[in-house]
Amino acid sequence: MYVELKNINKRFGDCQASKDVSFEIEKGKLIGLLGPSGSGKTTILRMIAGLEKQDSGDIYINGKLVNELTPSQRGVGFVFQNYALFPYMTVYDNIAYGLRVEGKDKAYIKERVTELLELVSLSGLEKRYPDQLSGGQRQRIALARALAPKPELLLLDEPFAAIDAKVRQELRTWLRRTIDKIGITSIFVTHDQDEAIEVADEIVITNEGRVEQVGDPVDIYLHPKTSFTAKFIGKSSVITDYRKLKGFNDEGEGTEAVIRPEFVELLTNDSPKGNDPSYEDAMVEQSIFRGDSFEVILDIDGLKIKANSPLVNGPLKSGDRVKAFINMIYIIRGEETYQVKNSSLDDSNTYFI
Amino acid sequence: MEKKEISIAERILKIGVISWAIVLIAWSIVGYNYEEIFFPSPAETLRALIKIIQDGTLGADILASLRRIGKGWGLAIVTAVPIGLVTGHFKLVRLLVEPVLNLFRFIPAIALTSMFLIWFGVDDKSKVALILYAAFFPIFVNTIAGVVTADKSLVEAASCMGAGKLRVFFTVIVPSAIPNIFTGVRLGLGSSIICVIAAEMLVGGDGLGYLIQSSRMYYKTAWAFAGIFTLALIGFVLDRLLYFAGKKTLKHFGVK
Repeated sequence: MYVELKNINKRFGDCQASKDVSFEIEKGKLIGLLGPSGSGKTTILRMIAGLEKQDSGDIYINGKLVNELTPSQRGVGFVFQNYALFPYMTVYDNIAYGLRVEGKDKAYIKERVTELLELVSLSGLEKRYPDQLSGGQRQRIALARALAPKPELLLLDEPFAAIDAKVRQELRTWLRRTIDKIGITSIFVTHDQDEAIEVADEIVITNEGRVEQVGDPVDIYLHPKTSFTAKFIGKSSVITDYRKLKGFNDEGEGTEAVIRPEFVELLTNDSPKGNDPSYEDAMVEQSIFRGDSFEVILDIDGLKIKANSPLVNGPLKSGDRVKAFINMIYIIRGEETYQVKNSSLDDSNTYFI
Repeated sequence: MEKKEISIAERILKIGVISWAIVLIAWSIVGYNYEEIFFPSPAETLRALIKIIQDGTLGADILASLRRIGKGWGLAIVTAVPIGLVTGHFKLVRLLVEPVLNLFRFIPAIALTSMFLIWFGVDDKSKVALILYAAFFPIFVNTIAGVVTADKSLVEAASCMGAGKLRVFFTVIVPSAIPNIFTGVRLGLGSSIICVIAAEMLVGGDGLGYLIQSSRMYYKTAWAFAGIFTLALIGFVLDRLLYFAGKKTLKHFGVK
C-alpha cells in the first residue's frame, strides 16, 4: 500500500474532525475523498500533507511512518482550493519556487518550468501574473507548481470548487488525463459525487469524521454498505416505510429504505402493461423537464419517490396519474443497508425464461 | 440621456475646478472686506507668494522642510518596517510590544517637543527626531497588521514546497505585508508633514513652519497665507507622487 492511514483521530476544540479513520491507497491510483461539507475530508487531506497533525494514529507514505515529518519532508504536492499562487510572482517564478528551494541550477529550473507549462498546455504565459489568468488557468498553474519538485503523492483540495460549471467539466477530464500521463498517486477532496464518480479510481466516503465506505465508483454506487452511503450517493429518495410498496415484504428490523430514480419504471395510466398487479398507482407531485427526460417526484401512498420519465410517456405535469414499478430498494437496517429486489420480478423471470 | 448628463456633471465636479472657484470667490469676498493684515485676499496672497519666491525665502524654506521630512520619514521607514515585520511575525514579541504601543500611539509628537529640545538640542536633530517619532507609529502599526493578515494558505503552499522559516518570511510574509506597509508609509508621510510644520513653528530656525510663524509675528499675514498654501500643495503633490509610484511599481503586491 502506498498511503496508509491507521486509526486517525483529530479534534478541533469541541469538533471531532476525524474518528478512527483508516484506509489504504494503492500506488498510482486517483482517489476521491467524498463527503458533505464538514465531514472531515479536508482535514484528512491536510493531515496526510502534514499541514495538520493528528491527535492519535499513524500515517504511512510509501511504507514510511511520516507522523513526525514536516510537509516538505513528506514529498507531497498540494493544490489548494483557492490555488494559493503567489500573487506577486510571475507564473514562471511560481512554478520555479519549489525548485529554487531545492537549490536546483538555473538551466534545470528553466527546462523543468517549460516542461510543466507544456504539460498544463499554458506555454507562453511565463511572464504573466496570477491576476492576469482565468480561474481555470490558475488551477493549472497551481497544479504545475505542485508537480514541479516531482512529488510522489499529489493532494488536491476541492480542485474544481472555484471554477464555473462549464469549465469544470472540461478541467475534470483534463486533470484525469494529466494525472494518468504522469502516473502519480493522487488524492482529491470533493463534495460533488458526480465529480468523484467520474474522475476517481476509488472513492473514500466520509461522514461526520468517519470513513463510511471505500471502493471503486461502480461498487459504491451499486452496493452502498452503510445507510449514509445509500442516502448520499445517487439521486436517492429516502422512504419511511417500504412495506407500503407492492412486491416488498417485511424483512424485519427497520422500515426505512432508499430508492434511486433508476429503480423506478414509469408508465402512463393508459398503458396496458400498467395493469399488471405489481404496478403501483402513483401521482406526479412535481415534474421538471430535463431535455432527455422528465425528472418527477411521485407520491405513492404518501411516500415521495424521485423517478425519471422517458419522453415516450409524453409530458407529465403535477397532478397526473401514472403507473410505477419499483424493481429494487435498499433497506436500511441501523447503520447498514442491503439490497432487496421486487418479489414479482423473480416470479416473472421464471415465467419468461 | 439623463444618466449621461449626470456623469458629465460628475466628471466636471471631480476635476475640482468648480469647488475651487467657489472657495476662491468666498475667500475673495471675505478678503476684500478686511485689511490685508487681518485676512488677506487671494490677490494679496498671490502677490506675497510671488515676492517670497523672487527673494528666495520660499525656496530655501521649502528645501529646509523637505530635507527634514526626508530624513525623519526616511529614518522612520527604515526602522519601523523591519521592527514591525519582526514584531508581527513573532507572536510573543507582538504580545510584549502591543500594550506599550497602544498607549504611545496617543502621545502626539508636539507634546514631546520640549523634551526633544532638551534631549537633542535646538538644531535640526530634535526636529528630525520629532518627525521620526510621528511617522514611526503609522508605519509600525500597519506593518504589523500586514504580517498578521498575510494569507495563511500562501505560507502553507511555501512550506509544502520545502521552504524553511526564513525563506517563508522573506518570500511570503514580507511581500504579503507590502500593501499594508505602503499604506503605513503614506500615512507616515502625512504625519511627517504635519509634524515638520509644528516643529519648525515651535523650535524656529528655518523651514515652511518657521516662515508661517515668523510672518504672522511680523504682521505679514499674506506671507503666512502663501506659506500655508505652499504647504498644502507640497503635501498633496508628495502624496499623489507616492501613490502613483506605488500603484505603478507595487501593483502585483496588491497595492491599489
